Amino acid sequence: MQLYLPIAEVSANAFTLLGIGGVVGVLSGMFGVGGGFLVTPLLFFIGIPPAVAVATGANQVVASSVSGVLAQLRRKAVDLRMGSVLLIGGLIGSGGGVWLFNLLQARGQIDLVVQLAYVVFLGTVGGLMLKESLGALRRARQPARPVKRHQHVWVHGLPLKMKFRVSGLYISVIPPILVGMSVGVLAAIMGVGGGFIMVPAMIYLLGMPTKVVVGTSLFQIIFVTAFTTLMHAVTNQSVDMLLALVLIVGGVVGAQLGTRLGARLKAEQLRILLALLVLAVCAKLAIDLLWTPADVFNIAHGGPA
Amino acid sequence: MIRAALIMLAVLALPARGEEVVASLSQDTIAITANFDGSEVFVFGAVKRAAPVPEGLPLDVVIALQGPLAPVTVRRKERVAGVWVNTQAVEVDLAPAFYAVATTRPFEQVLSQTEDLRHAVSIPRAIRSVGAPPDVQDSQAFTEALIRLRAESGVYRLEEGEVALAEQTLFSARFELPANLVEGPYRARIFLTRDRAVVDLYEAQIEVRKVGLERMVWALAHESPFLYGSLSLLLAIAAGWAASAAFRLIRL
Repeated sequence: MQLYLPIAEVSANAFTLLGIGGVVGVLSGMFGVGGGFLVTPLLFFIGIPPAVAVATGANQVVASSVSGVLAQLRRKAVDLRMGSVLLIGGLIGSGGGVWLFNLLQARGQIDLVVQLAYVVFLGTVGGLMLKESLGALRRARQPARPVKRHQHVWVHGLPLKMKFRVSGLYISVIPPILVGMSVGVLAAIMGVGGGFIMVPAMIYLLGMPTKVVVGTSLFQIIFVTAFTTLMHAVTNQSVDMLLALVLIVGGVVGAQLGTRLGARLKAEQLRILLALLVLAVCAKLAIDLLWTPADVFNIAHGGPA
Repeated sequence: MIRAALIMLAVLALPARGEEVVASLSQDTIAITANFDGSEVFVFGAVKRAAPVPEGLPLDVVIALQGPLAPVTVRRKERVAGVWVNTQAVEVDLAPAFYAVATTRPFEQVLSQTEDLRHAVSIPRAIRSVGAPPDVQDSQAFTEALIRLRAESGVYRLEEGEVALAEQTLFSARFELPANLVEGPYRARIFLTRDRAVVDLYEAQIEVRKVGLERMVWALAHESPFLYGSLSLLLAIAAGWAASAAFRLIRL
C-alpha cells in the first residue's frame, strides 16, 4: 500500500515504514537507545529527504521511548532521580552543543567533524564494551569467584552525594551531571538522542546496574527528542506527521516486544549485542568516509543549505 | 514575465506556414491524495491547416512537460587526507523538479540548436545556471551531474520517438508522472517542427495540488508550526502510552 507523505513530498510503502518503525522500536525497548542513529539512514535509504528523516525520526523516538519507559516503569527499572540529574546535565550540554555546532559550521566542514567524532567515539566505546562483556561472560562460566560489587574509586570522594535507591548507588551528583552534559553536547552536534552513548556511560562511568540503565536512558531520551522534534517543527517545518504516525505504530509495538526480549537476556549478553550494534554503526560510517563514493556529486534539496 | 514575453515574441515571429497545433491534455489538475502513487498524462492533438500537407521534409512534434522550478545545490566530494569530504558546491539557479521531453524522432533531427536555445526545450536548456563560486572552475560538470542524477532517479526524461504521429496530422504521447511529484504548476509545451525549425507552439498547464488530509497537514505545518509540533509530540506520547496499555491487557 503506497502512502503519499505531505511534508516529505514522496510516496512510500506503508508496510516498509511499519517495518522500519518496528525494528527501531525493538532496539529502543531492548537497549534503551532511541534508535535515531538507525531510523534516519533507513528513511534516507527509501528516499525520504534527509531533513524530514531527521526531524520525523526524532518524533518517532519520542513515541517508542514513552512506550519503552512505561514498560520499564512497571518492572521498577527506571531510576527517575538519576534520570532527572542526567537530564539537567543534558540540557546544559545541549545548549553548549548548539553553540559549538554554530562555531564549527562557521568554520565549515561540520559534517566531517561530526562523522570523524562518531567513528572515533563509537569505535572506542563499542570495542571496550565488547571486550569487557566478553570477559564478564567468560568469568561467569567459570566457578564463582567473589567479585566486589562496589569498588571505591576517586569518584566516591566527590562532594554533593545523593542516594539513588533504584540504582543502589550513593554517589556525588557531579559525575552524572558531567555525563549528561557530555552526552548533551554530542547529541546536539550529531543530531541524535544520544542513547547509545549514554547507556555505556551509565554502565561504565557511573556503575549503574544494566537492568536500570535501559529504562533510565529512555526516560531522559524522551525529553531530549521531544525538544528536538519541536525545534525542527518550528524552524524547518520538516516533521511529517503522516510518516511519523506510521513509524510510531510500528515503533511502539516494537518497543514493547524489545522490552520483553531484553528482560529475558542476561546483562552480559545484552551488553555484547549493544557493543556489536555500536561497532556496526561505526563500521558503516567509516566505510562512508573511506570508500570511493559511487558518484562524487550529490544534490542538496532546496537552495543554499 | 520576460520568458513569457520572449515566447510571445517567438510565437509572433513564426513564419506563416499555415499550420497550427490544436491539442488537449487528459487532465488539467492532478490531485495528490494520501494514496497517490504517480499519475499519467495523455497529450493528444491534431495539426490544423488550410492548405494540403506541404511537400518536402516531414512534420515533427516535440512535447515538453516541465515541473515547478526551484534552486538546487549540487555538491562534489573529494578525497582529503584519505577521507571523502564535500569540498565544492554550485548553486543551480533554477532547475525543474520534473522534466520530460517526448519527440517523434531523435532530438537532433527534429529541432535545431538555435531553436532549442530560443525555446529552451532540451533538458540542459531547461536548467538555468548563471554563476558559479570563484573556486569552481568546471561549473558545467555540476550541471551535468544534476541532469545525470535526476535522470537516474527518473524525473528527467528524454523520450525520443515516443510521440505517435499519424498522417502528419494526428499525434499523441503519454507521460508517466512519478510518485514523488512536487506540488505546483506543470507546463506542457507542444512544438510543431519542420526542417528542425518551430512552425507552431501550443501551451497548456496542469495544476498539481495536494488535497484533503495531505493539504490539511501541510497547511498546519506551515501556518502554525508550534501547534503542529506540539500535536506531533502529543500523538507520539499518546501512541506510546496506548501501546504500553494494550500490551499490559494482553499480558493479563
